[in-house]
Amino acid sequence: MSILLDKNTRLLVHGLTGAQGSFHAQQCIEYGSKVVGGVTPGKGGTEHLGLPVFNTALDAVRATGANASLIFVPPPYAADSILEAADAGVSVIICITEGIPVMDMVRVKKRLAAVNACGRRVTLVGPNCPGVITPGECKAGIMPGYIHKPGTVGVVSRSGTLTYEAVWQVTSQGLGQSSVVGIGGDPVQGMNFVDALKLFQADPRTEAVIMIGEIGGAAEEDAARYIADEMTKPVFCFVAGKTAPPGRRMGHAGAIVEGGAGTHASKVEALAKAGATVVDNLSEIGAAVAKKLGAPKPKAKTARK
Amino acid sequence: MKLLEYEGKEVFERYGIPMLPRCGVLRIGDSSEKLNIDGAGPWVVKAQVLAGGRGKAGGVKLAKTAAEARDLAGQMLGMKIVTHQTQGKPLTVEEVLVEHAAGIAREIYISVVLDRKAGSPAVIASAEGGMSIEELAHSHPEKIVRMAVDAESGLLDFQARQLAFDLKIPKKNFCEFTLFARQLVKCFVEMDANLVEVNPLIISKDGRLLAIDSKIVTDDNALFRHKDQAAKPDHEASEIEKEAKSIGINYIGLDGDIGCMVNGAGLAMATLDTVKMAGGDAANFLDVGGGANVDQVTKAFQIILKDPKVKAVLVNIFGGIMKCDNIAAGVVEASKKVHIKVPLIVRLEGTNVKEGKAILAKSGIKIEQADSLWEAAQKAVAAAKR
Repeated sequence: MSILLDKNTRLLVHGLTGAQGSFHAQQCIEYGSKVVGGVTPGKGGTEHLGLPVFNTALDAVRATGANASLIFVPPPYAADSILEAADAGVSVIICITEGIPVMDMVRVKKRLAAVNACGRRVTLVGPNCPGVITPGECKAGIMPGYIHKPGTVGVVSRSGTLTYEAVWQVTSQGLGQSSVVGIGGDPVQGMNFVDALKLFQADPRTEAVIMIGEIGGAAEEDAARYIADEMTKPVFCFVAGKTAPPGRRMGHAGAIVEGGAGTHASKVEALAKAGATVVDNLSEIGAAVAKKLGAPKPKAKTARK
Repeated sequence: MKLLEYEGKEVFERYGIPMLPRCGVLRIGDSSEKLNIDGAGPWVVKAQVLAGGRGKAGGVKLAKTAAEARDLAGQMLGMKIVTHQTQGKPLTVEEVLVEHAAGIAREIYISVVLDRKAGSPAVIASAEGGMSIEELAHSHPEKIVRMAVDAESGLLDFQARQLAFDLKIPKKNFCEFTLFARQLVKCFVEMDANLVEVNPLIISKDGRLLAIDSKIVTDDNALFRHKDQAAKPDHEASEIEKEAKSIGINYIGLDGDIGCMVNGAGLAMATLDTVKMAGGDAANFLDVGGGANVDQVTKAFQIILKDPKVKAVLVNIFGGIMKCDNIAAGVVEASKKVHIKVPLIVRLEGTNVKEGKAILAKSGIKIEQADSLWEAAQKAVAAAKR
């Protein structure tokens, strides 16, 4: 078991023929993901990377039976691609694109809510995220595949490279991941921490969850409430941005402390109170999980590829 | 991007927000004759800086005569302002706005913000304006009105009425207010703003509804559809920050002495935190980006070393798609081009890490390598203290 993606996922890549789309789709295929086609308006009927290209998502879904979308479309058009994928009938949409205007995401969120209110179930992950991977089954994103290993630790994070850091520590401890979800660093996004925690809580394979947060917003505080009320599985947290100056956005549009809200201290306090293990030093998160789960022997450091 | 008060007011003008007539903006080097001060006073002279609390710091002055207004404007230019929002650093006043003043009968607070959780705009307002809304939210949360708004339909009539009643707007100004509130929301949506704030909105002694101040923060991601906005200078960014931005590097100057180069915003933030835990202070936040190449790495070094405070440089790269051997080659290349006189600590992890480390070891450059982020941070702190 896993969350969001598994070996049966049929992946459609939006923006397949672009530089980013081509490169990362190739990586996903090499990892073993079932990529079934691409969407680039105007290039329908052609082939790219040995895959059929379609003009619209609807054409692609009808022809290939795709059930998940991976979006690399540039920021001015990405919001539209998300809605196109939802309308075409895929159930999981992963948007990698960085730099989508917030107001576009406000409109996307409203429409997706309307779609879900009609009874269909569409889940958006991102935007501005590394994607989702279920190790050994399906990689839909830009994360390096080899740092992952099939296992029982669920990982959810707002940041890309920080996720890799946590994943690598888990793998170096001889453990593996059930699924890894990058929810992205934008202020208005699809899936949030609580949504991911719910899926991990319900997933029989997942035994523990690592949650990597950062300053800004109140998603970590919301997650803390869910952890306190509903989670029976152990949760390990790190919150980045303890030393960030207020009022400056630290790379991610969402990572900003404004008017005393979204501070590191408030998040750490809420999570610790909820019963999560909060590590102060990021370098210790893998060891903390291993200690709890009773890890197999740590892999020797030289065994890296 | 944060807009200065007068820039925000120029935007407000387009939305018909009621304001006092402005006499012009004076910049350093301008003659005060440039100001178009006529009619009856009094006037108000306001320092154009991006920090709240400027009034208490001497950045807002009242003038009874035109001559006094010109004098005050001249004096205020070049003045240093420190407020609770400047983190102890003085801001230099480079522009001054002069406008007509009005006697204030009542002050109201109103803003449109992005409600991240709901994923929609929201109006925040209080019948008690003028003071810090954060303080009011803390001391008297019941005095704050909060209303979710649909971005596509804007503020609906009944919502505008609800706000007007909640804020106890006088009958005389009622329709004026509801129109103002709807226009403010429209401005927020159309400008792709993250914040539009009027603090205070006043009822003047002669019964007029007027926006006295403006604060607009726009969404950098939406600049592609606001060409006029994109052409304007970013008042908040330092010269180094602007230079970094122009070449696709995300850089924010900080107060410490350890220069940091990291890939990814989250890891960059975590690196600053780790440096602090190890007993040091970072000189900057720098995200070299996910697809950095030799050129980007070289430029990143140049930018970091422009800061004279830097006593050591910490490179922390988690190679994913970006391979460690490429990064290592970039570091070697950069160190040939840029004379790095301070100690250099490099932590590489991820794809092709062995090859990357070998390249660094063979290069003959003085580099301290580290196997983990924690080790790297400790080495950098020790090096900066030497």
